[in-house]
Amino acid sequence: MKNIIPFGPQHPVLPEPIHLSLTLEDEIVIEAVPALGYVHRGLEKLADIRDFNQMIQVCERVCGICSMIHALCYCQGLEDMMKVEVPERAKFLRTIWSEIHRMHSHLLWLGLYADSFGLESLFMQFWKIRERIMDINEVTTGSRVIVSVNIIGGVRRDISAEQIRWILGELKIVEKEFIALQETMNNEYTVKKRTVGIGYLSKELAHSLGAAGAVLRGSGISQDMRQLKYAALSHLDFEPIVEYGGDCYSRGLVRFREVLQSIDLVRQAVDKLPDTEISVKVKGNPEGEVINRVEQPRGECLYYLKGNGTKFLDRVRIRTPTFANVPPLAHILPGADLASVPVIVLSIDPCISCTER
Amino acid sequence: MIENEEKVPKKELVGKVQQLISQGYRFVTISCVELDEKYFDLLYHFDKDLTLITLRVVVERGETVPSITVLLFGAFLIENETQDHFGIVFEDSVLDFGGKLYLGDDVRRTPFCKYGIKDVSKTKQESE
Repeated sequence: MKNIIPFGPQHPVLPEPIHLSLTLEDEIVIEAVPALGYVHRGLEKLADIRDFNQMIQVCERVCGICSMIHALCYCQGLEDMMKVEVPERAKFLRTIWSEIHRMHSHLLWLGLYADSFGLESLFMQFWKIRERIMDINEVTTGSRVIVSVNIIGGVRRDISAEQIRWILGELKIVEKEFIALQETMNNEYTVKKRTVGIGYLSKELAHSLGAAGAVLRGSGISQDMRQLKYAALSHLDFEPIVEYGGDCYSRGLVRFREVLQSIDLVRQAVDKLPDTEISVKVKGNPEGEVINRVEQPRGECLYYLKGNGTKFLDRVRIRTPTFANVPPLAHILPGADLASVPVIVLSIDPCISCTER
Repeated sequence: MIENEEKVPKKELVGKVQQLISQGYRFVTISCVELDEKYFDLLYHFDKDLTLITLRVVVERGETVPSITVLLFGAFLIENETQDHFGIVFEDSVLDFGGKLYLGDDVRRTPFCKYGIKDVSKTKQESE
């Protein structure tokens, strides 16, 4: 017998609203159709009434979790269009804050993920660790979430030597506490029972459906926009983290390992931090077309920008990673048990604010 | 002009996309830009080994565009979003929300257009 049941827009595992219309046969999903539009804000359209400098603040508000990286992608695009050479120290600082954002996003997700299969203590442990990362944001930028450090031509804040020593100390504690959860997260019976072989996406399908981020790399495709060597990444050792299982477990492993990788990247960046200015003055208005891509915590983010020589841009187009991962989600849900749906949905790390902008 | 860009006539779009798929390109997204009262640019972005290429298709207001979802299911979301925002109708989409992905039943305008107001459902009826 076929039944259609609604999943969302309000659901205990969903911090943001998305609706899935699930067609079930017994308790097996045979079709999943997504419905969006609950939090659409039309931010791209604000380019008509906000000038290209004000749009930085708009881009930061596409998503709280990866706000810094949205602004970075936008600023890099305009700097490319306006032929602005950003000081080296600013590039390193951008990389440091990007990786701190990646850590706080992944830690948030790991907690929610643990909660989705009932491990509430693990949820609490991940979020407890995350507080130290939020403290780093607050101390270095004055804000825990929307850090607002990027400007066209560099960054507006520096990190002092004393702050760097404190950050390294905090990261040492974060690393130790995080590794202590490795055994539970990656080998505990319940975790494996709920995630191994669940929500399988083959390498071929991940590619053909246009998946991004951990969804792509969890299916065995070694692609991470940090390989483009933007900001200070050309000075740092970096290799994408790849898992080959294609299931929820593999996507979780990718993100778990990426937290440790981000700690390593921050240490490398701090170690090589050059002593230069942190911004340059930018004159004129943007004109032309440009595309910039960066790796957000959830995957590849693309900004297409078109300027007309005035202070208002003709077009700001933002393709976020969750937007790319909704079609793969609609594809992997059929065949799953109803009880696995929350785990599979969370395994793509959905950000609906990003998706709807 | 964007790096690695190719202008493609609308009638050759599906063939060109098929060619890119067979060469191993991954679909990234479509960007729509309203050029003036009459025309839109549709930019189809594809990636291979971190190199991004863009197909530029110029579309006249009110014209329909062949959907690429038959070849790339992953394009259904951006095609539907473009229909909502700009009123461009994609023919033969495998999952067509009929201009109501984000918008409610009572909305009769394309909110991302500077020029004119379009009734999406009317455009669709005309194309049929």
